[in-house]
Amino acid sequence: MNLFDRLAEELRAERPVALATVVSGPGVGGKLLVRPGVDPEGSLGDEDLDRVVARDTIAELDAGRSGARHYGPHGEARQDEITVFIESFAPPPRMLIFGAVDFTASLVRVAKVLGYRVTVCDAREVFATKLRFPFADEVVVDWPHRLLERVGDTLSQRDAVCVLTHDHKFDVPALTAALATKAGYIGAMGSRRTTDERNKRLEEAGVDAAGLARIQAPIGLDIGARTPEETAVSICAEIIASHTGHRARPLREVDGPIHAPRA
Amino acid sequence: MREILNDLERWRKQGKRVALARVVDVEGSGPRLPGAAMAVNEAGEVAGSVSGGCVEGAVVTEALGLLEAHGEGRVVTFGYSDDDAFAVGLTCGGTIHLFVEELNW
Repeated sequence: MNLFDRLAEELRAERPVALATVVSGPGVGGKLLVRPGVDPEGSLGDEDLDRVVARDTIAELDAGRSGARHYGPHGEARQDEITVFIESFAPPPRMLIFGAVDFTASLVRVAKVLGYRVTVCDAREVFATKLRFPFADEVVVDWPHRLLERVGDTLSQRDAVCVLTHDHKFDVPALTAALATKAGYIGAMGSRRTTDERNKRLEEAGVDAAGLARIQAPIGLDIGARTPEETAVSICAEIIASHTGHRARPLREVDGPIHAPRA
Repeated sequence: MREILNDLERWRKQGKRVALARVVDVEGSGPRLPGAAMAVNEAGEVAGSVSGGCVEGAVVTEALGLLEAHGEGRVVTFGYSDDDAFAVGLTCGGTIHLFVEELNW
């Protein structure tokens, strides 16, 4: 199998993969396809260079970074005869949406535009159907906290959990379980009254102040959203801002570079 | 490249030659991150983008030239363009380095 077809296969399967390409210096165009736990495929034209770049590429892939690096002809550090572009393809980030309501369908669509792998989960069989959420990657009929017991360990800083049920019976165990994960964003929908009442119940369930502070509730940015579609944009905008650490004010009211370096 | 995978695979299946341009480095303010990719096939069809629309036209020319010449991959740099009419560059003040190559691997 050639390198492009292998890369395409890994991308379709959503497995982590990285491609290193010599972009200047001897052997320009040379490629090394790197996957965790497997021997690299291809070559940059020098065995030592291959070994060093494969090691660096695994580190870049772990960090989800892409960028240019410089090497000597045999992979020497602090030389720059050869420039290698390392492109990391981390699997897409995930969004778990709890509650199969109208807002869910819109949120699935906006999240897909942003490249999330989306799971919708609701314990009610009549609502949690693939027919109602055709764009979701996965629709699960179960209690949210039970789904989190199964997949919670795999969530990372890049992933988001959105609780849209606004029913304490589902919300409280779902949020408690979500707080036990490393998810980078946890949000919960509901009016201010619902949020206050839910916070009380979460405290009774043993959630401390740091835990409560981690939950974005009421979910979303204050852009005046009313419809499910507008609300989905408001939620996704908040998720982006929480990842970048930006305050989400109009750019007109902020000084400094627009494209701050990303983590 | 993930975003243009369908186009790349379709063109390759059709036996069309394809040039791939990827952002490999950005200095200063730039609209797209390293890894942003666009592709041009020999018929001049385009997929993807590497900036906010500022340099795509020049990339198509570069890509078609490379395919025609059966050229080696090379780095192409676009920097700041001031108000000079029609100069190709980024109006945002940054510099992007693209690697343009034939997708024959």
